[in-house]
Amino acid sequence: MSANTKIVENATCTFCGCVCDDMNLTVDLDEHRITKAQNACVLGRAWFTEHVLEKRPYALIDGKEASTEEGVEAAAQILVNAKFPITYGLSDTTCEAQRQAVAISDLIGGNLDTTTSVCHGPSGIAFEGVGESTASLGEIKNRADLVVFWGGNPAESHPRLFTRYALMPKGLHIPNGKKDRYAVLVDVRRTPSAPAADLFIQLKPGTDFEVLWALRALVKGKRVDPGIEEKTGVKLETLADLAHRMKTCQFGALLFGMGLTMTRGRHFNSGALLALATDLNEFTHFVAKPVRGHGNVTGADNVVSWSTGFPFGINFGRGYPRFNPGEFTTVDLLSRGEADAALIIASDPAANFPKPAVEHLKRIPVIVLDPKASVTGQIAKVAFTTATYGINTGGTVYRMDDVAIALRPAFESPYPSDEEVLTAIKNRVRELLAGSGRAGAPAAQKVA
Amino acid sequence: MLPETMLLIAGRTSKQGTSLNVGKLKDEYREVTSTVEMNALDMVRLGLKEGDKVRLRSPIGETVASCKSRKPEDLPAGMLFMAYGPPSGQLMAGDTAGTGMPISKNLVVEVTPVSA
Amino acid sequence: MGSKLRIVKGRVYDPANGIDGEVRDICIEDGRIVESVGADAKKIDAQGMVVMPGGVDIHCHIAGPKVNLARKLQPEDHRYDVHPRTEFTRSGTGGTVPSTFTTGYRYATLGYTTAMEAAVPPIGARHTLEELHDTPVIDKGFYILLGNNVLLNQLMKEGRRDELKQAVAWWLNATRAYAVKLVNPGGDEPWKGRRNSVITDLDENVDSFDITPRQIITSLIEIAGELGLPHPAHIHCNNLGHSGNYKTTIETMRMAGDRRAHITHIQFHSYGGEPGKNPTSMAPEIAAYVNDHPNISADVGQVMFGKSTIMTADAPIAHLLRRLGTDKRWVNSDTECESGCGIIPFSYQEHIYTHALQWAIGLELFLLTKDPWRMVLSTDHPNGGSFMSYPRLIRLLMDRSFRDDQIKLVNQRAIRKTTLADGLNREYTLNEIAIVTRAGPARLLGLKNKGHLGAGADADITIYEEDADKEKMFSAPRYVLKDGKLIIEDHEFRGDNEGRILHVAPAYDAGIEKVIKPFFESYYSIRFENYAVTDAYLRHNEQIPTAKPIAAE
Repeated sequence: MSANTKIVENATCTFCGCVCDDMNLTVDLDEHRITKAQNACVLGRAWFTEHVLEKRPYALIDGKEASTEEGVEAAAQILVNAKFPITYGLSDTTCEAQRQAVAISDLIGGNLDTTTSVCHGPSGIAFEGVGESTASLGEIKNRADLVVFWGGNPAESHPRLFTRYALMPKGLHIPNGKKDRYAVLVDVRRTPSAPAADLFIQLKPGTDFEVLWALRALVKGKRVDPGIEEKTGVKLETLADLAHRMKTCQFGALLFGMGLTMTRGRHFNSGALLALATDLNEFTHFVAKPVRGHGNVTGADNVVSWSTGFPFGINFGRGYPRFNPGEFTTVDLLSRGEADAALIIASDPAANFPKPAVEHLKRIPVIVLDPKASVTGQIAKVAFTTATYGINTGGTVYRMDDVAIALRPAFESPYPSDEEVLTAIKNRVRELLAGSGRAGAPAAQKVA
Repeated sequence: MLPETMLLIAGRTSKQGTSLNVGKLKDEYREVTSTVEMNALDMVRLGLKEGDKVRLRSPIGETVASCKSRKPEDLPAGMLFMAYGPPSGQLMAGDTAGTGMPISKNLVVEVTPVSA
Repeated sequence: MGSKLRIVKGRVYDPANGIDGEVRDICIEDGRIVESVGADAKKIDAQGMVVMPGGVDIHCHIAGPKVNLARKLQPEDHRYDVHPRTEFTRSGTGGTVPSTFTTGYRYATLGYTTAMEAAVPPIGARHTLEELHDTPVIDKGFYILLGNNVLLNQLMKEGRRDELKQAVAWWLNATRAYAVKLVNPGGDEPWKGRRNSVITDLDENVDSFDITPRQIITSLIEIAGELGLPHPAHIHCNNLGHSGNYKTTIETMRMAGDRRAHITHIQFHSYGGEPGKNPTSMAPEIAAYVNDHPNISADVGQVMFGKSTIMTADAPIAHLLRRLGTDKRWVNSDTECESGCGIIPFSYQEHIYTHALQWAIGLELFLLTKDPWRMVLSTDHPNGGSFMSYPRLIRLLMDRSFRDDQIKLVNQRAIRKTTLADGLNREYTLNEIAIVTRAGPARLLGLKNKGHLGAGADADITIYEEDADKEKMFSAPRYVLKDGKLIIEDHEFRGDNEGRILHVAPAYDAGIEKVIKPFFESYYSIRFENYAVTDAYLRHNEQIPTAKPIAAE
């Protein structure tokens, strides 16, 4: 370690949806490394201290080294010439970059989707059906005397959800922190989060909906068949006790993970949980909150929603945004083999999408923006190396509770930001479209 | 030996989280995402030792992963857990039932020990 | 820019400068109105047309955390009302909560060039500014919610009056806000902290603070004045929507003494009757009070029939309305130390007694108020209805026979409870419409360069083609200019514009941060250092000056 160091106080970690903004980073300016990330959790420490400026080409076109400018030209040509271009990802970049990506999709009449569709997309659909009683994380810290974690493993996925926001911290009306809270964990397996809970309820896989619906009935004083135990693995008296606790607490919070959205029932599960929280407001104050994953996936939801009216799964093909999960969501478009070009920003679908989707991705021209080598980058026709948000670039990110935070970068990167690359692509696309007389909305689709 | 049907849950772990910062094309990430956790008693029954390889097969595809045992009270019999990654993607179907979300938890898979 | 423009021979309505329908030219140079321009200036022929300053909306909900939740909640509302891209403009969707781009463009298509987002929890300022940047054409600002702020309430309780004032000024600076907003003052703590209970009396103790709504309202009215803010405390009174609430409203106005105060969407606060029973109209009493007290101003918050979205920092009223409505979707959103929020999809229907009464009370307030400068037009968009219904509302005010026809179509039991049944025959003139839609709001906001067409004003100008059907006339201006730039020409978009953020920056003693910071460290979930919004979020902005601060009495 060199002597040439600086400290960046109150920096923000963008690894998970907790978006903790209390990092004190020690930066070695000669080595271009963060040597210490005070206050970071295990994930945050890896995010900061493993970050190195790898010597990578600014861009690769068909595997050959190229400049960013050449990459921009190639990307713009692909997007303008495609019949069904799709844009996907966006959860690990700034809102400023997300805004440019939306503008590109609007210009080319393309498809726009974010990692929300494979994260809490079903919770978004449920939200449209039932609404949501929710709160900022500070409100949970200040007031919640009952916290129920459902279908998630915060100890491993969002460690500081426990320590900074929802379980341990002292708050305005919770002077003794953990001692003043009763914590419940509901899951199909006993995860490393279980020891933190006062009560662990283990249910059979795929029965979340039944358990939630039974709780709704119990909360409303309705009879529930004791056969529920055989179906779900949870005793009726356990559920009755939980229902009673929920009705009699002062301020309750249900924090739920993808254990609900990625399994049988999907949006029905999230909807049942949101409805339960709503029902409980007839008795006390109760909130629910999906525990969001990637650093700025909540920002993506916000930007896409304010720009189009819809959170994800959007198509601009008719000159205006339409929303249709299942139709305009990326896994579906790829698995059906419909997209003919893809702009992938700050995500790695080839690493975690279902096999049929990945197979189609390999067949079409793919443009990738990523600070690091990725599985998708390996199959890309145009791959840009960009600067890492929060470490090398500033910008805005949204915490899982919709609180917007401004980033404080630690040191400079030689690579451009996602925002810069996307802005350049947008400008070039606009020129190409103007040249081809396609600048306006599709004439045949103009609505009265 | 006949394949056995089990339920696979894919999810996040801290190791998967930290390893992807090191790099997705690095060994650590590959190792983390091709490890499958199994109930210890199931492993005994199937004659599997720590680190032995099993083939997981779904109607969509298949992958090979190394076994890691979990206490029966932590992971019920017949259940498997894997960190997200390219191997778990091999087993997932593209259909989303109109939601955009593929099923990655509670996938029905056939498990066969791979002889070394 | 150096661009020069002359609008030739339009009939000009510029009430702030005493011009009432005179045919004259308006000259523009460098985005401002000037006395004259040379012969080389570009010309717009406005013969036979009506020229007005661009509209100014003093109270609407168009950007920020609650608005975006309401957008996400209602995909169906957007799908029926799409807004295609043009060569110059971005696409989007409409409905009662349009996307940001569509919001800006649609305000422009009505000839509005300024709008104020009326309720932002301070921690949501950064988000709100981001949305406002994507709200094109118009200039815009926002009001911050301070009537349920935990730290301010603590300072109030401890009688630390000067620190209270300093903290209010700090908050306005930290968020780049335009005004101080109170919503259901004191009502959040019982809602969030006492199992959804409500507060109904201005002299009731707010649990855990030992202060009353009266103390909160009085202090913030005083402080807004002492800081010399261009717009006074903007108050959503307690007991919104409840029968008998007019007493609370009149008492709140009395608290102002001879200080300025703005009562927002006053229609929702003008009800007689017993709590829990059907409301009656107390519009005449409210109008009489406003008529007699020149320090008081209000916007109406007119209800318009059809789809609306209730979105409010007044969480308890949204929860109550959910029980009454048919759409059971409900959003509640608590913001730490600062605010509550409730959202429900809603629709006002002609045949329902209460809805018809609310509609009628709004019209009564317009028609019974003597001074249009102090009772300006709003629908509390999208609570009473979308801003897109302003042209229809204008026709109701200007066209008595249209109004009488509409009155016949609604619940007659409700109409009989109002002075509309006595045949209020007043018809607003074009001059009065120019007052309630631009000159009045601009004056109440203290925007000296807006709402008029005198030399030095921003060249935000709307040119309408005259039409006997005033709804049609105000729905689609022929030309709209923003800062002298032609945005709409012959009813079509010809350009785009980013618009400015309007904000205030009252002076304060930096020592107050020593009081605020420890509170943040204990009770907020973000760092004090990361809370204040930096200049990077302002981009194009205009800081509106504050008057010389007045010492506390």
